[in-house]
Order: sequence, then structure tokens, then C-alpha cells
Amino acid sequence: MNKKILIVLGLILSFSIQSLAQATAVTLLNVSYDPTREVWRDINSNFIPRYEKEKGVKLTINQSHGGSSTQARAVIDGLEADVVTLASYLDTDAISKKGLIKEGWVDRLPDRSLPYFSTIVFVVRKGNPKGIKDWPDLVNKPGVAIVTANPKTSGNGYLSFFSAWGSVTVRGGSRQDAIHYVTKLYQRVPVLDSGARGATTTFVQKGIGDVHLAWENEAHLEVAEAKGELELVYPSISIRAEPHVAVVDANVDRAKGHREAAEAYLKYTYTDEAQEIFAKHFYRPNNKAILKKYDATFPDIKLFPITDIAKDWPDARKQYIGDGGVFDSIYKPKGK
Amino acid sequence: MASVNRRVLPGFSLTLGYTTFYLSVLVLLPITACFIKAGSLSFNEFWSAVWTERARAAYLLTFGAAFVAALVNLVLGLLLAWVLVRYRFPGKKVVDSLVDLPLALPTAVGGLVYASLYVQKGWLGRYLVPLGIHGAYTRCGIVLVLIFVGLPFVVRTVQPILEDLDPESEEAAASLGGTRWQTFQHVILPTLYPALITGFALAFARGVGEYGSVVFISGNMPYKTEIAPILIVARLEEFAYGEATAIAVVLLIISFAMLLLINRLERWSMRHEH
Repeated sequence: MNKKILIVLGLILSFSIQSLAQATAVTLLNVSYDPTREVWRDINSNFIPRYEKEKGVKLTINQSHGGSSTQARAVIDGLEADVVTLASYLDTDAISKKGLIKEGWVDRLPDRSLPYFSTIVFVVRKGNPKGIKDWPDLVNKPGVAIVTANPKTSGNGYLSFFSAWGSVTVRGGSRQDAIHYVTKLYQRVPVLDSGARGATTTFVQKGIGDVHLAWENEAHLEVAEAKGELELVYPSISIRAEPHVAVVDANVDRAKGHREAAEAYLKYTYTDEAQEIFAKHFYRPNNKAILKKYDATFPDIKLFPITDIAKDWPDARKQYIGDGGVFDSIYKPKGK
Repeated sequence: MASVNRRVLPGFSLTLGYTTFYLSVLVLLPITACFIKAGSLSFNEFWSAVWTERARAAYLLTFGAAFVAALVNLVLGLLLAWVLVRYRFPGKKVVDSLVDLPLALPTAVGGLVYASLYVQKGWLGRYLVPLGIHGAYTRCGIVLVLIFVGLPFVVRTVQPILEDLDPESEEAAASLGGTRWQTFQHVILPTLYPALITGFALAFARGVGEYGSVVFISGNMPYKTEIAPILIVARLEEFAYGEATAIAVVLLIISFAMLLLINRLERWSMRHEH
């Protein structure tokens, strides 16, 4: 055979191998909320080689982070997320309502599509000078100032509100008791920051307030960074915060290989390996054995589900936070 | 004779066409989209979204704070421009460049820094708070950051007029026996009116639209320190796009009306001058 022909054949072969390799490269976009940047980076770096070994597909996983509902709006408006891993059911549900995620998405992955969960805890100043141990202390101890984000503009904000409300009603208090309690509580909130990050700055940098109502994972980081100036306090009861994960159907079906990779990616989050990563970043893993292994990090407090205080998440927001809801009535000037 | 082009330079239709296109794409199109989105609401829905007691308090605060801040900038801006034009002093170039800095700084940073200066433990707050002056998380704080973001406008509109001012008319006024104050009041100030009004309008409009810095210093307490843009964000958080744009439309209409009014005032002052 002629040498030239061999070279040409070789070139053709190498080009076709190259294009074959290109065909099996997939880029996924994971649209998530603010504090999850590090945990997803760890999960991605473990999942990518594993998927390449199993399927021969070279993955690139891009991450996008921001306020959870801002992220949801970006996806609704056309950000091509393959998976969404947002802070709240409400945000994922909003995307689903626009037809981008098929109905019944909650039940497509194990345990209602919740590879991890979290809650709201207290961060107090060194030595806990105001003696804050549980929810009633927030309104009963003299001179306590509370830092929490605006429930109307922040996920952290409404989770704190729901926690406060449930701390009364789940333990047998009446609706009237709860209204009385949250009214007193929010009268002790000097600043309503628009987002979780702003509230953290107000509490940590500006030194305002005696207690900060924060996501459990952020509270751990906040205390670690403060080098002994802050302490964590676990109330006896708090809300079970549910950051669901979901495949965005409308986007993964646009290109080949996306759905398969996206589904494998989210399934991977339930493996022991991924569950350990969540735990190390202070998110409560769904796997009970692994949660137990980290019980020093995650004290076993009562976490009540949203269904204890409302029909579901949308109903809770409507009743308590929405226009004309309980939260609005707290601030209504007297006599009107 | 009728077809004689009276303009010295050609290109009227080209430049006008460009202006129309440019304004349409950059300004009119987004605003129209805003109106159409808000139009998806029924009248009752629209009204109950934009005219609650809480929303009215927020409008009043937004426009009120922007107005007060623009007034302060009117006086301080004139003073600054005067100093920059009339006097020579070391470091003048630096001061001159400092004036524009608020435009370049991300306003959220401005808001955060102001807030941390005026809180009880802040550099200024530790002296001011015991005196009862609360610069952070009050309406006063909102006005403060709006003065900050609006600072360049009056200075930059007044400065060139002051520079072009003919010293002879001042000398004439003085030689005719006018006092310094009379010279300023009757000779200098009237020529500055149009520029001052323009600067005021710009600073005011900037203040109405400002969000980034205000949310960090206002504390966002409903009825007290909650500005209208916060209500828009709250509505977006509920994925209520229609209601959110409805509030935006109200802000737009009020702003537009006020800017038209200011424009009128400017025209009137120009005619008055000549």
C-alpha cells in the first residue's frame, strides 16, 4: 500500500476518533443557591471521573450561584440549567409551573428529591451573654435584639419566620399565641436585611444584635470564621428546610447525552460518597447511617415539616409571608 | 427658494433616525415591555398591588428622600463647583477626580461602607450615636447615601457654566456699587439656574432609581425605611411578575411627571434669564 494513502487514512482515523471523543463530551449546568458553591465543587470533582469511567463520557459541570429565587427566575427566563439545586421547594416549583420541569418531579428521586436537608439555628455572641437557649428566650429575655433577613425577600428570612411560628404551634400553642409571639419577635428585629448574606454582615461585621437566625450550614461556617467570638445554639425545635434537586426536563432534552448525565449526577448525590461530602459541608445528609455518624455536628433536635404549619410550602408562603399575610400585619401601624 | 436647506451641516435625517432608533432600543422598548407586563393585570389587581398603605409609605419615602438628597446636592454641589473653578490650591486635580468616584463605585459597596461607619460600633457612629444621631438604619441614612450617589451631577453640570462666566459682568456689578452678595445673587446665580436645575433633576432621578446602596443602610423596615424598589423585589420573590412591574410602572409615571415638571422649570428659567 502506498505510504501517502496510509498517512491520509491515519489522519482520517485520528480525526474521526477526535470527533467521536467530542461527541461524548457533555457540559452540564447546575444552577444552585449562594452557599452551596463549595459543596457542589467537591461533589463535581468526585462525580466527573466516576462518570467518565462508567460511561466513557467526559463531563464538564458548570455551577451558577446566587439568591435562590433570583436563580429560579433566571432559569424561567431562559438560563439553560440541566439541573436545579435550589434552596426551597417554592423556587423549584415556580420553574415547574412554567412547564420547564415535568409535574410530579418531587417523586422522581428518592426521599422526595432531597439528598440533604437543613434547618435554622441560632448564632450568639461569645459566652451567650443574653442566655439564649430556645425560641421563647428571644422574646422573654430582656433587651434581646434579633438579626434575621426579610421574609419577603429572602429564603433564610421566611424559613426563620416559619421556624418561629412552628416553635409555638407545633408545641401546642394556638394561632393567637403564635401571632403574639412572632409580633414580639419581629419588634425586636432592628434591621430587615434583604438577603441572608446582608444579615450575616449586619450581625458579624457591624456587631448588631444578640442572636442571628441562620441556616445550619452557614451558622457553622460563621462560628468557625469568627474564631471564638461567636457560638452556636441549637433550639429544641426548628423547621425542616428542604432544598430539593431536580432535572430541568425542557433543557436536558435539547441536546444529546444531557438527560442521561443529569439524571446520573443527581442519583450520585444519594451515594455514600456524596452523602459524606454533604455532611462535611454541614448539610444534613439524607442517609440515616451517615447522619448518625456525624451526630456531633448535627444535634438531634426536633425538625418539624412544613405540613405541620400549613398545607404545603406555597400555602405557608401565602398564609404567612404573602401580601396581606401574618407578616404584613405585624408591621401595620396601630389603629388601622 | 422653499427647498433651500437652512442648516449649515448636513445629516439631519441620519442623526435623527439614529437618535430615534437608539432611544427606542435602549429606553422605549424596555419601558413598553414593562407597561405590557403590568397590563396583564386587571385594574383591580393592579390597584391592589400598587396602592396599599405600605406601598404609599414606600413611594413617599423614595421620592421624599431623593428630593431632600437632591436639594442638599444642589447647595453642596454648587459650593464644590465654585471652589473647583474659582480657586487654585494644591491637590485640586485629585479633588476634581474624587467628585466622579461615586459613579464608579458599585453602589452596594457605598451602602455597606456608609452603614458600617454609622452603626454604633463604627468609626463615626461611636461618637454620633451617643449624641442621638443615627446614620444607619434610619431615613437619615437613606438620604446620606443618596447624597453620595448624586454628588457628581450638580457639580458637573454647573462647573462648565461657571468656567465660561464672564468676569467683566462681575466687575461691572462691583463698579456699579453692588455688594458681593448682590453680585452673586443678581449676576452669577441667574446664569446658573438652568444648569442647577438640570443637575438637580439628574441627582433626583438617580436617587429615585437607587437600590443597591439603600438596601444596605435603610434597614428595610416596612412603613419606616422601606423604599419602593424593595417592594418590587419582594413581589419578584413570589414570582409575581405582573405585580412587580405594576409598582415599577407607578414609579416610572411619577418620575416621568416630575422630570417633565423640572424640564419646564428649566425652560422657564432660561427664558426668564434673557
